Amino acid sequence: MKKGPPWSNCTIAYNLNNMTDGVLKVSNVQISGSVSCVPKTKIANSENPLFNSSEEAMKFIEMTGVEEKRHLESGVLVSDLCYEAAELLIKKLAWDKEEIGVLIMVTQTPDYLIPNTAIILQNRLGLSKNSACFDIPLGCSGFVYGASVISSMLTSQGFKKGLLLVGDSSSLLAHKEDKTLSPLFGDAGCATAFEFKKGKNIQFKLWTDGAGYQSIIIPDGGYRNRFSEKSLEVIEDVDGSKRTKVNPKMNGTDVFSFGITQVPRVLKSFLQQIDKEASDIDYFFFHQANKFMLEMIRKKLKLETSQVPYSIVKFGNTSSASIPLTLSLIGDEAKNKKIAMCGFGVGLSMGCGYFELGDEFMNELIEYEGQ
Amino acid sequence: MEEFIENFYEILDDTERHEINQNTDFKNLDEWDSMTTLMFIAMVDEKYEKQMTGKDIEEGTTLEQLYHSIQSK
Repeated sequence: MKKGPPWSNCTIAYNLNNMTDGVLKVSNVQISGSVSCVPKTKIANSENPLFNSSEEAMKFIEMTGVEEKRHLESGVLVSDLCYEAAELLIKKLAWDKEEIGVLIMVTQTPDYLIPNTAIILQNRLGLSKNSACFDIPLGCSGFVYGASVISSMLTSQGFKKGLLLVGDSSSLLAHKEDKTLSPLFGDAGCATAFEFKKGKNIQFKLWTDGAGYQSIIIPDGGYRNRFSEKSLEVIEDVDGSKRTKVNPKMNGTDVFSFGITQVPRVLKSFLQQIDKEASDIDYFFFHQANKFMLEMIRKKLKLETSQVPYSIVKFGNTSSASIPLTLSLIGDEAKNKKIAMCGFGVGLSMGCGYFELGDEFMNELIEYEGQ
Repeated sequence: MEEFIENFYEILDDTERHEINQNTDFKNLDEWDSMTTLMFIAMVDEKYEKQMTGKDIEEGTTLEQLYHSIQSK
């Protein structure tokens, strides 16, 4: 008998029947709670010295919706925000840390380039050594991707409970004189609890267009363009924005164009595939990219204003944290609600999700107290 | 073309109607900036159901060229 490869005797635990037409249905997993943590320091765009006049500031606020946002205090990292959020979440849910089998950190601003931040947090949070801990380096779509990975790992019952941490210190990433990104970005870190629960399902649709990889990019510092002295040279745009090649650069026009065309199209097809009407869903949580763009998306999907909460006005664009942060703003109102979510942006990457929250769902927003 | 110019005029705040025609170099309008660019993309999406990119806008000089760019999509 011909001998097969060494893995030929392995059982494929992943149920491929769950993948129908690009929709991933994860059975027997629920979201039990979420805590978002923001820094105390508020930055008001109306007083932002980056703008040449108050008219320029007001125009920016009118277009993006960002009145103010939170910035990390010196020496604080997004992992600190996630740590505080995770500790409170575990305490409020009365979870046994030994039962947490998976810890995923979604971030593009890790503590170190190596090792993954989730691994450092395993030790800091006192989680079991028998846990799977790793990072996912996605941005705007990251919460949905992280949720799809963690819930897929829980569905097989190999792990009982999982923690999804998301967030970025975007205020540190953007150049202080970048007129597009600096006034847009805010900092936040969130922890969301997932657990095995019979009868509860989460559905996802994931989407990627790598042709748009230059739409939001930090050109230097990876292995394509190694970090060099030239990476730190300040480049000035026609609008007076400044940045180096180790700061993110966004082609706002292309991202906007992608957002208003592809997001409604993909989300609409997802809802059709899972047989849901937009009017049946209580809340839609979108990545908080830009209020003007989100309003266009909302109108195209014919959603009521009451169905689409925003956090961008008071917290800015908080990258991967924006979906759970926006969720945290509705507090106990989230209990027993049908929720759709859509994260989209850097990549270009997009993820849509649908889930129903229970009566026990705990939902809180805290400010970082420090160590 | 006339309708397109009207639609373009709608997204502007401080430009007089007589200042724009098919030969207008739109990037030289005082109020043309990143915000009006987004308004323009939104208008094209809404009225013409076409997706304009940054490159399409970069490559155009006059409103007529923008109009043809939309038509060719």
